[in-house]
Amino acid sequence: MKIGVPKEILDGENRVAMTPDSAGMLQKLGYECLIEKGAGAAAGFSDADYKAAGVTVSKTAAALWKDADIIAKVRIPTETELKRLTKDKTLITFFNPGGNEEGLELAKSKGATVIAMEMVPRISRAQKMDALSSMANIAGYRAVIEAGNNFGRFFTGQVTAAGKVPPAKVLVVGAGVAGLAAIGTSTSLGAITYAFDVRPEVAEQVESMGAEFVYLDFEETQEDGSASGGYASVSSPEFRDAQLAKFRELAPEMDIVITTALIPNREAPELWTEDMVKSMKSGSVIIDLAAEKGGNCKLTVADEKIVTDNGVTIVGYTDFPSRMATQSSTLYANNIRHMMTDLTPEKDGKINVDMEDDVIRGSTVTHKGEITFPPPPPKVQAIAAQKKPEPPKELTPEEKRAQEIAAFKTQTRNQVTLIVVGAVLLLGVGLVAPASFMQHFVVFVLAVFVGFQVIWNVSHSLHTPLMSVTNAISSIIILGALMQIGSGSALVVVLAALSVFMAGINIFGGFLVTRRMLAMFQKS
Amino acid sequence: MELGFTTAAYVVAAVLFILALGGLSGQESAKRAVWYGIAGMALAVFATLIGPGSGLWLLSVVLIAAGGIIGYYVAKRVQMTEMPQLVAAMHSLVGLAAVFVGFNAHFEMTFVAGVMASAPTSLTAVGLESWMGEQNLGSFAQLIAHKTQVELNILKVELFLGVFIGAVTFTGSVIAYGKLAGKVSSAANKLPGGHMLNAGAAAISVIALIWYFNSGAVLPLVIMTLMAFFIGYHLIMGIGGADMPVVVSMLNSYSGWAAAAIGFSLGNDLLIVTGALVGSSGAILSYIMCKAMNRSFISVILGGFGGPAGEQMEIDGEQKPIDADGVAAALREADNIVIVPGYGMAVAQAQGAVSDLTTKLRSQGKNVRFAIHPVAGRLPGHMNVLLAEAKVPYDIVLEMDEVNDDFPDTDVVIVIGSNDIVNPAAQEDPNSPIAGMPVLEVWKAKQVFVSKRGQGTGYSGIENPLFYKENTQMFYGDAKESVSSLLPLLG
Repeated sequence: MKIGVPKEILDGENRVAMTPDSAGMLQKLGYECLIEKGAGAAAGFSDADYKAAGVTVSKTAAALWKDADIIAKVRIPTETELKRLTKDKTLITFFNPGGNEEGLELAKSKGATVIAMEMVPRISRAQKMDALSSMANIAGYRAVIEAGNNFGRFFTGQVTAAGKVPPAKVLVVGAGVAGLAAIGTSTSLGAITYAFDVRPEVAEQVESMGAEFVYLDFEETQEDGSASGGYASVSSPEFRDAQLAKFRELAPEMDIVITTALIPNREAPELWTEDMVKSMKSGSVIIDLAAEKGGNCKLTVADEKIVTDNGVTIVGYTDFPSRMATQSSTLYANNIRHMMTDLTPEKDGKINVDMEDDVIRGSTVTHKGEITFPPPPPKVQAIAAQKKPEPPKELTPEEKRAQEIAAFKTQTRNQVTLIVVGAVLLLGVGLVAPASFMQHFVVFVLAVFVGFQVIWNVSHSLHTPLMSVTNAISSIIILGALMQIGSGSALVVVLAALSVFMAGINIFGGFLVTRRMLAMFQKS
Repeated sequence: MELGFTTAAYVVAAVLFILALGGLSGQESAKRAVWYGIAGMALAVFATLIGPGSGLWLLSVVLIAAGGIIGYYVAKRVQMTEMPQLVAAMHSLVGLAAVFVGFNAHFEMTFVAGVMASAPTSLTAVGLESWMGEQNLGSFAQLIAHKTQVELNILKVELFLGVFIGAVTFTGSVIAYGKLAGKVSSAANKLPGGHMLNAGAAAISVIALIWYFNSGAVLPLVIMTLMAFFIGYHLIMGIGGADMPVVVSMLNSYSGWAAAAIGFSLGNDLLIVTGALVGSSGAILSYIMCKAMNRSFISVILGGFGGPAGEQMEIDGEQKPIDADGVAAALREADNIVIVPGYGMAVAQAQGAVSDLTTKLRSQGKNVRFAIHPVAGRLPGHMNVLLAEAKVPYDIVLEMDEVNDDFPDTDVVIVIGSNDIVNPAAQEDPNSPIAGMPVLEVWKAKQVFVSKRGQGTGYSGIENPLFYKENTQMFYGDAKESVSSLLPLLG
């Protein structure tokens, strides 16, 4: 089969859906590749490059649409383009199926199969064809570059011979793919970067990129982002208020604000209000990556750069990926190529739209004369739902008190039992044993008790020194030997002398080793 | 010198010993506490030497000095990793000394009985007293001579007990030393008959006690000593390597009780007090260890514990090896690092390299901490001492309970030569021999690297499913070389 890539029709669109490299890969899958004359020129790929890669160059768009069985492109197809589809053709492109009913109807009436790149589910297996992510990555990077272009200072703080330069402060609102890319670019340029997102679980990702996560003082359990397939969802009015209050507090300090907050199939939420723009310093820059959907800032004008009365530049370009056409074409062409790999399991150059496959099913919007949008929920969850930890049962003060009293009572009971038993045993011994024995026995019991009390407090790390010091102390047995060594019997003297000798080793060895060990412990 | 002075000195020494043990509650006060112990011991020995009844003090001083020189030499030479062996070996000395002192007490008793029998029957009580004074008896012998029959009987029981415990301590410590030094196989070995042999030996000892009680002859004492030697040997042979920390502290406790029993028979309060202190502290320490391993105190004391109750869980998967570059790369990325040292670190003498690694990582602003399981190593607190030797600051060395909740937030865990204490089977497999033992939950961390010599099971021979987990990678090789090889890679 033949894969054809036409030149993008939309004005200012520089990207192309196939590069010479990706064409090589597609040929390995068994496909023949076609490209419209000049399609890659704006992205820096000449027709000669394509020819060198074995791609046939079609003179006109009409010829290409006619020859190719599979058409891959970037932008949402126009009516003219869709009309060129026939029953056996497959179109792979961004399609916006949620807001493009006429397009869907038209494609259906033509009987063609349409695969919408933005519908690729967000599961690990499909990441290689997730064009939204790859484009968002570029947009995030470009947003920072664009901001730097319009910002009159360094990003990084410097102390130079000519004076001290404070670092720029950047706030990134929305830590999706674009937001994270912006954070990474901004921190690597040296700016102090703050980031905010409604999904608190991304705080870790934000911090891992070197930015500071802006936490709200907000108590409500924030919705788990994983429930909506890794995208943000609409938040409650109270939450929004808390969020705006925080932004208002941050606005005067920020030099650059990059907003990336988008909710799938909805108008972009207003997060940067007019009064925040007013409170910003002159020369500050706002990059609104949501401009296409109305913008996170209401002052944003789509596709334009404006400067407000107080000197704040607001950039509302919607074509950031296209502004880096070589890079974005390479990535997009790779996404398409991976999609084709999945569509060609046999590597025989024949397309196989397997509607059982989660990824293919999810992204196919029309197939065999039917609209297959919206798809059923995927079998594999995008992100494992976070298990909510069972909150520890809150005890009321009364319950706590009751528990404490009960614990105290059992403790008392145990202690009293022990004491009574001990006393009875002691009395029993006292009844039969002579007084001289009892004298020693009392000493013994007291000593056991003292040892018992003292040792519980010894810290765990000192258990080895404890062992060696008790070992040294246990050589107190030397006293017995010393008392016996003066005896008349030779045997006794020899045994006692041996004991004194061994205990001597122990005393010195034990204490010295303990000292050696303890001397090593030091604080950092 | 007066008896009153000796007693006073003993009281002071006892107080000093209590302070010495109590001072071990903190690292700083511990340094002072040792001096209390040394002062107490010096005072006790001095007071006994100049006190009533001790003869041959010159010989005593020479012997103590000779012992001291050997002790000094050993203490200076010993490697920190050999500490467990040393402690065990020194316990055996105390045990043997207790046996000797006990036998001496017996000989004195027979001697005194002989003298008493030869006393002229015509003497009155006062006359007897003065006659006894002329017989040139030692102080201990005089003490015995004044005892009534009941007291003598009690004395017999006391010295019998002292010898028994001392003998068990002696052979037990020798075996423990052998096991720790690798001279005796560390596996739990029991002679055929197992506990029955121990029980039989104990029964014979009891019979010997009754015999001795009635006859006062030396033969039952000797028989009992031999039995006790056997019990000590067999008891410790039956305990597996993993339980060694408990064994060592248990022997420590035994040596204390032996001293206390001897103290009773000699009528010396300081011996009783000190012996009881050491005995109870050792017992509590063993109890703490047992709790940390979720083992029954009784079953460890009596030697060995039951095998697995059923089939152990099958482990599938494979151990994934990784090289130094991989580990270094992960460490460079990580912010939170926890190092779990075990006996393998001690064996490989890797504590210095580990300390260098820690210093390097900390200087890069990473949060490096150590997680110490209560029974890591072969002695309670073994790892703390090794890390301290390598100059790892003790405030980043944490206990299991302090660190266990932090593992989910940890980027990299490096397990160096430990096995059972990080074995998830303790929680996941009810049939595992270590089921229910609290362990360090390292597998909850994002990445785990296990530095290990090879694929074998560890000291205790229990399979470890941790090594097969998704996020675990095996960093094979000698711990010291492995850790050292990381250092240049971390820049």
